[in-house]
Amino acid sequence: MSLVSIKDVRKSYGAQEVLKGVSLEIGRGDVTAIIGRSGSGKSTLLRCINGLETYQAGAITVDGMTVGDGETDLRTLRRHVGMVFQQFNLFPHLTAGENVMLAPTVVAKEQKGEARAMAEALLEKVGLAGKFDAYPSQLSGGQQQRVAIARSLAMRPTVLLCDEITSALDPELVNEVLKVVEQLASEGMTLILVTHEMRFARDVGTKLVFMHQGRVHEEGPPKALFANPGTPELAQFVGSQH
Amino acid sequence: MSDFSFWIILQNLLLATRWTILLSLIAFVSGGIVGLALLLARVSHNRALRIASIGYIELFQGTPLLMQLFLFFFGVALFGIEVSPWIAAWLALTFWTSAFLAEIWRGCVESIPKGQWEASESLAFSYGEQMRYVILPQALRIAVAPTVGFSVQVVKGTALASIIGFVELTKAGTMLNNVTFRPFLVYSLVALIYFALCFPLSWYSKRLEGRLNVAR
Repeated sequence: MSLVSIKDVRKSYGAQEVLKGVSLEIGRGDVTAIIGRSGSGKSTLLRCINGLETYQAGAITVDGMTVGDGETDLRTLRRHVGMVFQQFNLFPHLTAGENVMLAPTVVAKEQKGEARAMAEALLEKVGLAGKFDAYPSQLSGGQQQRVAIARSLAMRPTVLLCDEITSALDPELVNEVLKVVEQLASEGMTLILVTHEMRFARDVGTKLVFMHQGRVHEEGPPKALFANPGTPELAQFVGSQH
Repeated sequence: MSDFSFWIILQNLLLATRWTILLSLIAFVSGGIVGLALLLARVSHNRALRIASIGYIELFQGTPLLMQLFLFFFGVALFGIEVSPWIAAWLALTFWTSAFLAEIWRGCVESIPKGQWEASESLAFSYGEQMRYVILPQALRIAVAPTVGFSVQVVKGTALASIIGFVELTKAGTMLNNVTFRPFLVYSLVALIYFALCFPLSWYSKRLEGRLNVAR
């Protein structure tokens, strides 16, 4: 049974339909890379999965929970669905460690001591052992993004959504973030990534989804799809990326 | 005519200044408390609360403080309730201050980037938790400078309380002028004392603003 199930989801902004009936099944442990041109609806789809965006028709379920409108239900759902953003969105008034500790103490009501120990362990895991007391403004983009990943992991999500998490980074900082994501993938974390990193999608992904004009245009194993695109649109898109 | 020496005039003005300071402080503190409640209503998800808050803010920003003072002092008296100048001045200044502070603070809350809301939302924070732990702590830092800056308006606003007979700095100046007939001297001193109260506040506000800009 799939962990994330998306069935015929439609979403419009006014008259503009951005998701025109998207269906997708994502299993536990899958590393799904969603690629496509900007405006193809890939970020919108990702944001629908944890309820940051609402959708008008169809259904999305995560681990059996329906992504609906009720705020209480959404909060329960979001405890299981982590999200990392393009712009990091760290809390600038808190240190790296406090960023990681905040949701566990406030939302999950964990003890300060436990949360602190976990935050230290998570920062170490993302390669930032010595940065517990650093403020986001004192960190590089790559370091900030790794703190953001640690912050999401602190809620022990069953699935992690990554929305173009390397797009705002200087080229030399991209790899340090991708390495962390790759490690998560190898540990069996379910990941859904909207990305422009084609090599990463091919090498780390277990599933590739190509979105085009609000629809899933093609999906399948990344290596096979990259080698033999089934449609001219994907062939052209892959060609334009290098 | 000049039984009142310069020093006696100054001494009396300074004594009255205590009431200006006290009224300013009380109005500012109570206006701040009401303003915070207004702010929370103004940015809440509840439509009725938002509309009520907007109505309140528009009403007290859109009418002269003097009219508000008159209404509290004379208007309430019509219903047979005796209102002392103190109470009327306190109430009117509180309503007036709270309306302006709520609006200043709303600007600060709305200047917090959308990503902060989305990040905390994604971590399963409730609206109240987002406000308490993520938005307000950041908004507070931005709010300090304009809030201190606005306190200057409150200090000057207390001068209007003289008209309903509250003896603060301006009223004392008028009374002293009536017995000394030295308006230039008396009102110059009154103005200087207001300036001595307000200048440090606006200077401090500017300094805070500068310091925040450097940090960004």
